[in-house]
Amino acid sequence: MIVTTEYSAEHPTRRDFLFVATGCAAAVGGVATLWPFVSQMNPDASTIAAGAPIEVDLKPIAEGQDIKVFWRGKPIYIMNRTKKQIDEARSVPVSSLPDPESDQARVKEGHDQWLVVIGICTHLGCIPIAYEGNYDGFFCPCHGSQYDSSGRIRQGPAPANLAVPPYQFVSDSKIQIG
Amino acid sequence: MSGPSDYQPTNPVMKWIERRLPIFGLVHSSFVAYPTPRNLNYWWTFGAILSLMLGVQVLTGVILAMHFTPNADLAFKSVEQIMRDVNYGWLMRYMHASGASMFFLAVYIHMFRGLYYGSYKEPREILWILGVIIYLLMMATGFLGYALPWGQMSFWGATVITNLFSAIPYFGESIVTLLWGGYSVGNPTLNRFFSLHYLLPFVIAGVVVLHVWALHVAGQNNPTGVEPKTEKDTVPFTPHATIKDLFGTCCFLLLFAWFIFYMPNYLMEADNYIPANPGVTPAHIVPEWYYLPFYAMLRSIPNKLAGVVVMFSAILILAFLPWLDTAKTRSSRYRPLAKQFFWIFVVVGVLLGYLGAQPPEGIYVIAGRILTFCYFAYFLIVLPLLSRIEKPRPVPNSIAEDVLAKTGSKSTPMVSTVIALVVAGGLFAGSAQNARAEEQDAPPSQKWSFSGPFGSYDRGALQRGLKVYKEVCSACHGLSYIAFRNLADPGGPGYSPAQAAAFASEYKIKDGPNDQGEMFERPGRPADYFPSPFPNEPAARVANGGALPPDLSLITKARSYERGFPKFIFDFFTQFQEQGPNYVDAILQGFEDKPPAGVTIPDGSYYNKYFPGHAIKMPKPLNDGQVTFDDGSPATVAQYAKDVTTFLMWTAEPHMEARKQLGLQVFVFLIVFTGLMYFTKKKVWAEAH
Repeated sequence: MIVTTEYSAEHPTRRDFLFVATGCAAAVGGVATLWPFVSQMNPDASTIAAGAPIEVDLKPIAEGQDIKVFWRGKPIYIMNRTKKQIDEARSVPVSSLPDPESDQARVKEGHDQWLVVIGICTHLGCIPIAYEGNYDGFFCPCHGSQYDSSGRIRQGPAPANLAVPPYQFVSDSKIQIG
Repeated sequence: MSGPSDYQPTNPVMKWIERRLPIFGLVHSSFVAYPTPRNLNYWWTFGAILSLMLGVQVLTGVILAMHFTPNADLAFKSVEQIMRDVNYGWLMRYMHASGASMFFLAVYIHMFRGLYYGSYKEPREILWILGVIIYLLMMATGFLGYALPWGQMSFWGATVITNLFSAIPYFGESIVTLLWGGYSVGNPTLNRFFSLHYLLPFVIAGVVVLHVWALHVAGQNNPTGVEPKTEKDTVPFTPHATIKDLFGTCCFLLLFAWFIFYMPNYLMEADNYIPANPGVTPAHIVPEWYYLPFYAMLRSIPNKLAGVVVMFSAILILAFLPWLDTAKTRSSRYRPLAKQFFWIFVVVGVLLGYLGAQPPEGIYVIAGRILTFCYFAYFLIVLPLLSRIEKPRPVPNSIAEDVLAKTGSKSTPMVSTVIALVVAGGLFAGSAQNARAEEQDAPPSQKWSFSGPFGSYDRGALQRGLKVYKEVCSACHGLSYIAFRNLADPGGPGYSPAQAAAFASEYKIKDGPNDQGEMFERPGRPADYFPSPFPNEPAARVANGGALPPDLSLITKARSYERGFPKFIFDFFTQFQEQGPNYVDAILQGFEDKPPAGVTIPDGSYYNKYFPGHAIKMPKPLNDGQVTFDDGSPATVAQYAKDVTTFLMWTAEPHMEARKQLGLQVFVFLIVFTGLMYFTKKKVWAEAH
């Protein structure tokens, strides 16, 4: 409750100070109380723990094949690319791409045939289909975005390339995602 | 409010809205300009407190529903996950659980206030009846909600209360089956209870709107019971009533916070930390405290149908109060006899509540019958009779006159409070002897590092306790709600995430199926839970002579013992909550090789001084020298018991340290804020007096 009369507006009185102090304390308490009610919406501890890194064995994936694994509830495409796919991805001038990025920057050096991308269309979150579309890569059935064999956006409404998740090679035939 | 408001906003946007939807006028006339009697005392702030509590319950309830799973196999676990994993989940649940008790406490005070000051009399009959409906809905909501955690008390409370309807002739059994959605209380019951528990609060909110509407038509009653006549008798609702209500609410929040942060399990039953078991009824089954008086009435009638009828009549009779008490004088302040009978009635209610918590045998049953008679006699004999024979004292001409007379003579404010305290004190003293006579081998009270408002876990004890659990207890007892990652949680044993991961990798965890469709074993990860020693319950029973070794995650909260009538009151103020740890510690040290003379223990059982019935299936688990501690702590049973109990208190209440720390901050804030509110209220009211 803040009551200000014409007089007190110019000359703060003890009463005004009390009202302002009480009002401020109420505001501070109210905001502090809100915090737990908002914070509880965030992922809980078991969800966070379940998002720990996973290991994937690459041996069963033959050249020209791909698998889909889930990490943190997201589908990850792991694609063993053919020579043709790699060449296609590398022959395009980077500057002509909507989201310019070289193929080399999207794979691990020495493991150039392995493309690991998060299989979620950067437009509105649908799952693109592998080996479809005009670029030997991915085609999103929802709104027609097309990605190339490096998972880069080439055509359609999606604004960015398919994201590369954090991962590293534990051995030549095993990666750890996360 | 009645009639169109003359409120005119000056802001053009508000003006535009006001012409199309006069909502600002409604708010202004109902909560700003609304004339409120100037002589209301603090008993009148409970209306505002109740609105707040309804809001708190709805808000925390909606949040809990975001994380709760209404499935008979998962409900108990999901509640535990809320307590352990959800950010501030423990706060949400403790707010909701103690909030229910606070809601009922406030509603009882609100009702007794209405009773004392005759707030149900003409023209407020409908206002009162709407209140009775709200109370009934609250009872239903409270009962439905209590079933949701799906613990032992939830399950058996649901069973007993739904069985009340089986007393109905002819249709009883069919109605009960209809309520259950099955042949017994089970998953369909839980599902519908969850749905209805979510629905009813909004029904309550709707009736509350009617209640407030009716209140604003008739106007508030006041301690004199004389209607306001001139403007001198009233003050505007804002700021006067608003600030006074807010100050009262702050004081109430102090009590509420005491429960949430320091005594969250004080009003809960230990048995409800045991998952529901349709095969075993808890030895001592009691409803929540707010149902106890009616439960006592139910039990004192030796006939099923009559008992149920009496119990429901006890509530429904309240709706007829305006026609049972026909005295012209409203306020008991001016009714010397009614005032005395009111306090007798309060005592009767409290005593019935006490009896409801006692076993239904011997003197308790007879006392229950007498008090049930007294309860009904108050409404059916005393009040109608008093209306005819009592000579009331003259009432003041106006509220203003009463206020002026008051300021002159500083006569005893709230004589009633003093009487109530004396009555309560007498009650404690009277039953103190009673409780002392019953006292038997209660576990000795130990000194725990985690007790009291500043208590915290002794890290060394937690680490040693974990070792004792791992090397001894884990052979038979699971710890299924604890993940290895928890060992690195703040407020826990204080391991680093790397240490927790290393600890986890020592365990073999069953995983699968793999791409050959087979289960396989792999080293544990931090996200894994402690593996159970037995594949399932039957296997555990076969290996343990028919007994099931309980999971230890919650054991220190799932075990308790009676503290007796006077003690449990003091426990509330001293924050004593360590029955569980005391019991577990006592059991571990309570084994004796030879039972005392005259006590026979069946084969396959062992004598334990503190186990109920003394025959425990668990052999003495701990012996001196069994576990070696790295930190040089003594290798004695007493040390083992203390450490493992401390560890198990942490597994049961992993966020206790965060709770007590937040509690301290909340209390510092609330005390300062309540002080500020007090002076603000004084300033605002300075001109009104």
